Amino acid sequence: MRDRKILIVDDELSVRQSLQEWFREDGFQVETAADGNAALKMMDAGPFDIIVVDLKMPGMDGITLQKRVRELDKSAAIIILTAFASVETAVEALKLGAYDYVTKPVDPDDLSNLVRNILREKELSEENIRLKEKVSELSGLAPIVGKSPKMKRVLDLIDTVAETDSTVVILGESGTGKELIARAIHGKSKRRFFPIVAVNCGSIPESLLESELFGHEKGAFTGAQYRRKGKIELADGGTLFLDEIGDISPKMQIDLLRVLETKRFTRLGGNQEVTSDFRLICATNRNLEKLVEDGIFREDLYYRVNVFSVPVPPLRERREDVPLLAEHFIERYARAMGKARKALSAQAESILVDYRWPGNVRELQNAIERAMVIGTGPAIVPEDLPLPSDREISEPADRSLSAIEKDHIERVLMEVDGNVSQGAKILGIDRTTLYNKMKKYGLGR
Amino acid sequence: MTSTIYLGFLNGYSPSWAEDLAPRVSQAFSLPTQPIDLELDLDLYYAPERRQYHATLIIARLLRYLPELDSKIVGITSLDLFIPVLTFVFGQSQLDGAAALVSTHRLHSEFYGLPADIDLLFERTVKEVVHELGHAFGLVHCPDYLCVMKASTYVEDVDIKKASLCSECQATLIDRSGKPSHR
Repeated sequence: MRDRKILIVDDELSVRQSLQEWFREDGFQVETAADGNAALKMMDAGPFDIIVVDLKMPGMDGITLQKRVRELDKSAAIIILTAFASVETAVEALKLGAYDYVTKPVDPDDLSNLVRNILREKELSEENIRLKEKVSELSGLAPIVGKSPKMKRVLDLIDTVAETDSTVVILGESGTGKELIARAIHGKSKRRFFPIVAVNCGSIPESLLESELFGHEKGAFTGAQYRRKGKIELADGGTLFLDEIGDISPKMQIDLLRVLETKRFTRLGGNQEVTSDFRLICATNRNLEKLVEDGIFREDLYYRVNVFSVPVPPLRERREDVPLLAEHFIERYARAMGKARKALSAQAESILVDYRWPGNVRELQNAIERAMVIGTGPAIVPEDLPLPSDREISEPADRSLSAIEKDHIERVLMEVDGNVSQGAKILGIDRTTLYNKMKKYGLGR
Repeated sequence: MTSTIYLGFLNGYSPSWAEDLAPRVSQAFSLPTQPIDLELDLDLYYAPERRQYHATLIIARLLRYLPELDSKIVGITSLDLFIPVLTFVFGQSQLDGAAALVSTHRLHSEFYGLPADIDLLFERTVKEVVHELGHAFGLVHCPDYLCVMKASTYVEDVDIKKASLCSECQATLIDRSGKPSHR
C-alpha cells in the first residue's frame, strides 16, 4: 500500500490531521488540502487512488470539487465526507460518480472496509487491464491457419523477414489478418521478449494520434495533467505496429519519417529528446504506390517503410483454407463459450466455401461465432449461417444474363474502389472490354 | 536511536496489572522502560457532545512530559478516546514520533456486556501499547493477521493477533533503529 496515494480535502485542520495520521498508519502516502482550489492544485502531485472530500467547505463545495476532479482524473475513487447527512446530497454525489458517502464521525471499521473495498476494486481493475493485455498478446500469437499455396508463401515471407530488423509493410484487404501477421513476425524475431505496441492510425483523430505516438509532457495541452509516454517510447526494444499507415496526415508523415531516420523524438510540449529502439511493422489496405502517385503519401516515407512487403491474399483467393479456418474458429469459440465442439455440415461447408467473403477472415470468424451462439444442434447447418450475399450463392432463375452481368460488374468495381485495371483483372477481361460494358450498363467511373 | 520507553498511567489510573506491563513492552522492543507520573487537566480535552476525550490533543500534551528527546512516551488511560473524524480509537500515536496514547475503555469485556476478564484486558492492553509504540517507531499497519501491527477496528481483531512483531515488521524496525527487538 506504500505506493497508494490519498488526498484529503477538508477545511477543518483537526479532521485533515486525524485522517492524515490514520491513513499514514495504513501505509498510504497522504496529501491534504484545506479547500477546493488547493485540492485542484494538489492534483498536480497525483494521480491519487482515493480522494476524501468534505461536502461543506467555504468557497468551492465538495460536490463542485468532485465535478472538477472528475474532469482531471476519472480513475480516483472519491469519498464524500460530511457532518450534515442528507439524502439529496448523497444521491447527487453518488450520481456524479462518488464511490461512497459517509457522515462524520465515521466508525473506524466502516472507513477501513470502505478503503479496503476501493483498493480491492482498483487492484481487480488493474489486474483486468493486465490480463486483457496478456490475452491480447496470447491471442496475437494464435496460429496462422492456411495450407493454400498463397498462405504458404506468406508464412515463408514471415520466416524470411522475422529474424532481420527490416521495416515491413503488410498489404491486404480489411479482415485478412494483417495484425496477426505482424504479431507472428514479432513473435519470431529477436525482439520477441519486448513488447509489440499496436496503433491503428486510421481510428485515431490526427490531434490525438500525435500525442498517442509521441507522448506528452504535463501541461502540453488542456487536460494534459501528467507526463505520458507515447507508443513509440513504449515500443522501446520491441516492435511498433502501425496499422492503416496509408491514412496518416501529411504532418504526421513528416514527424514519423524523422523518427524512423533518427529513432529520436521529443514528447509533445517537451524539449528533452527521447530515444527508442524499435522495429517498425506497418500495414495498410490501401494502394500505397497509388497514394504516392496522387501525392497523398510521401515518397520518402514510402521508401522508408516499404523495405520488405508481405502481401496477404483475400480469403476468396484461397477458398481451400475456408474449411480449415472454420474448424479453427469452431474449436476456439466452443472453448471460449464452454460449449461442445460442433461439427460443420457438408451443406454449411459448401456455403462457406462458395461465399465471396468481402470482409475476409474477420467476416468468417464472426459468422462462425454467430452460428455457435444461435445454433442448437450438434452441427452447424445452413440455417445457422444467414450470410448477406444469398444473391451470390443462388441467383433467382428469372433474371436475364445481362442483369446479372451488370450487377456483378457493379459489385466488383465497388470492391476495387472503381479501379478499372483491378476490376478487369478480377473479371478476367481486358480494360477496354470492361470500359465498353460500363458504358453499356451506365456504370460511371 | 531510542534510549528509553516511558510508560505513564494517566491521573492515577492504577489497574492491578500495571506493574506487569513494563517488562512486556521492554521485551517487545529490547529497550528499557521507566514509569512516569502523568497528571493532566483532562477536562481541556473532553468533548461533552461525544462524551469522549480528544486523543490527538492529549498526545500533544504528553510531549511536554518527554524526559529526553531520544525517548518515547506512552500514556495509558481508562477514558474513551476519539479523533475528530472517527467514532472512537483504541489508541493513537505519532507515526515516527515520540508519543502514543492507549485507552483500555473499549478493551474491557464488560464494555461488550461480557463478564470481567482481567487477564484478557491485560493481554489486549499489551498488544495496543506495543501496536501504538510500533507506529511511534515508524511502523505502518501490517497485512499479517497475527502481527501486532495488524490494524484492529474491533476488539476481536485485537484478540486474534499476537503481542509481537512479525519477521517483516521486525526487520523494518531493525532497519530503522539499528536495534533488534524480541518477538
